[in-house]
Amino acid sequence: MEKTPQTDPRQSWTFSNSINSEIRRAAATGIYDIRGGGAKRRVPHFDDLLFLGASMSRYPLEGYREKCETSVTLGTRFAKKPIELKIPVTIAGMSFGALSGHAKEALGRGATLAGTSTTTGDGGMTEEERGHSEKLVYQYLPSRYGMNPDDLRRADAIEIVVGQGAKPGGGGMLLGQKITERVAGMRDLPVGIDQRSACRHPDWTGPDDLEIKILEIREITNWEKPIYIKVGGARPYYDVALAVKAGADVVVLDGMQGGTAATQDVFIEHVGQPTLACIRPAVQALQDLGMHREVQLVVSGGIRTGADVAKALALGADAVAIGTAALIALGDNDPKWEAEYQKLGSTTGAYDDWHEGRDPAGITTQDPELMQRLDPVAAGRRLRNYLNVLTLECQTLARACGHNHVHNLEPEDLCALTMEAAAMAQVPLAGTNWYPGKPGF
Amino acid sequence: MTTTLDMTATDLRAVNTTLQAAAKAQANEAYVITNPRGSHAMACGLDGPLNVTIKGSTGYYCAGMNKEATVTVEGSAGPGVAENMMSGIVTIEGDASQYAGATGHGGLLNIKGNASSRCGISMKGIDIVVHGNIGHMSAFMAQKGNLVVLGDAGDALGDSLYEARLFVRGSVKSLGADCIEKEMRPEHIETLKVLLEKAGADAKPEEFKRYGSARKLYNFNIDHADEY
Repeated sequence: MEKTPQTDPRQSWTFSNSINSEIRRAAATGIYDIRGGGAKRRVPHFDDLLFLGASMSRYPLEGYREKCETSVTLGTRFAKKPIELKIPVTIAGMSFGALSGHAKEALGRGATLAGTSTTTGDGGMTEEERGHSEKLVYQYLPSRYGMNPDDLRRADAIEIVVGQGAKPGGGGMLLGQKITERVAGMRDLPVGIDQRSACRHPDWTGPDDLEIKILEIREITNWEKPIYIKVGGARPYYDVALAVKAGADVVVLDGMQGGTAATQDVFIEHVGQPTLACIRPAVQALQDLGMHREVQLVVSGGIRTGADVAKALALGADAVAIGTAALIALGDNDPKWEAEYQKLGSTTGAYDDWHEGRDPAGITTQDPELMQRLDPVAAGRRLRNYLNVLTLECQTLARACGHNHVHNLEPEDLCALTMEAAAMAQVPLAGTNWYPGKPGF
Repeated sequence: MTTTLDMTATDLRAVNTTLQAAAKAQANEAYVITNPRGSHAMACGLDGPLNVTIKGSTGYYCAGMNKEATVTVEGSAGPGVAENMMSGIVTIEGDASQYAGATGHGGLLNIKGNASSRCGISMKGIDIVVHGNIGHMSAFMAQKGNLVVLGDAGDALGDSLYEARLFVRGSVKSLGADCIEKEMRPEHIETLKVLLEKAGADAKPEEFKRYGSARKLYNFNIDHADEY
């Protein structure tokens, strides 16, 4: 007898295997999922933009022959000693505590070799980091762990963290297993307890207060240090305008693909805007205030390639910052640890339980044995190499567009592959001279 | 020798530059600041032994991040007085606004009048003595150090407290999450005695109650979710 044809088993898009696994995990534990990293969902990104390149109306620069400058100066508005960087790529703030001392040292080494800055994080400034970072940005965070005037004065710039892209409006939680004696000592907390990083500053509440806070920090540091204000990608136009009003020398704008050491997955995936959507409103705010290029804009959140760097600059940023990509360059999620990732229930490229302190790569851990797996000298060289590649790629694209400085890249060099990207980046959809929301259409 | 700086003739930058240089010189000199007119960030970032008297009230962040210096405000202080103080003594003869002694790591903040809300927020080792009352949410997430209150405390005292010790002589309107009354043991009486003497406070240690962390929120537990 002929078999009756059967419809293939149909998986629900709404209730996918991934969603169902999270429902089962939640039902078993009663606790939301905490993880590291940034948004993993697909959002419009720099991949959705293309450079047009030179043509009849403009001519390119000769690769390998004609100079294309990459230097950037940050903090020219008020600071007596602005930061001069060789390349427009900086290392974003990541804490000692979330990262091992070796990892912080490697970040400092790599950044210094490449001629750029690195940044502390929650938990204060370590000697490894200061000692190996020619230019070090000291984060001023709500928790104020390890904050002291001596470190403020030996920093090269100070970054007041209002928010970050992975969790605008959220604080953090460093779980007890990473609170070793050294980490606890720096944070004035007992060993082994879960350490909460506050979501708002303890002694100011809005931009008017922040303006006075910045005055205090400048008075303590003799008006020498550039003051950055870091905001998550929430309301970029108004946040940037208010940061300028509060007296920032530099605004750091972190989109939702920007990473975190440990935050609820629901927060990472559902709060904030994609990096691509944040840049144009931020630049518009600076332009409206007559502050574009006077207050520098550093963009972070999902920067991976020299193309991403070039596109961020073309949209109006002065520099970018990398975090997750820097960790991958150091050795995070390397396939050589696949067997160990599998033992932890993960796989290469997906490992994000950085808060648990069991990182096989020895980067997001305080475990003495695991930490030894990362050679800070070799990892620093890998980071230097990676930063060099980002810079070379960015230069290549700038030359192709006819620019002798990467800062001469402009929105007119770009087109968009999708309607969403065209709307967010405010550059024409490929093959048209139109983007959604463009006046006159 | 005492040097007087008149802020009708000397701007904030010049005042702080002078004080910071004198502190750094370790000369233990005395300065008097007249006509402060509520200026912000006065006498901040001092890093050495120095005696500063401010004749009048100050704005935000007076004596911020102080190290070793002795700063006296002969008036009231605006928000964030002695924030992130490391050591030394800061005395406020009048009242202190919000966030007094916020995130302070060490030294003594002596407030002769009342302190507003969030006094000692996130304190990390500082000693704070308030001769009057303190406002709501004081010692929120306080990590280390001692907060002594001769008067009453407002709502949610010591919310999400870590290891800081709170001593209150008067009433406490309410305790915050994970903050409980604790036994006053001999070592606490001794600590309190020393602090009261140092602050020139007319009170006996035995008159105080001690509050501290129940330590139930130190590690996340879903069964405690209703506490937040």
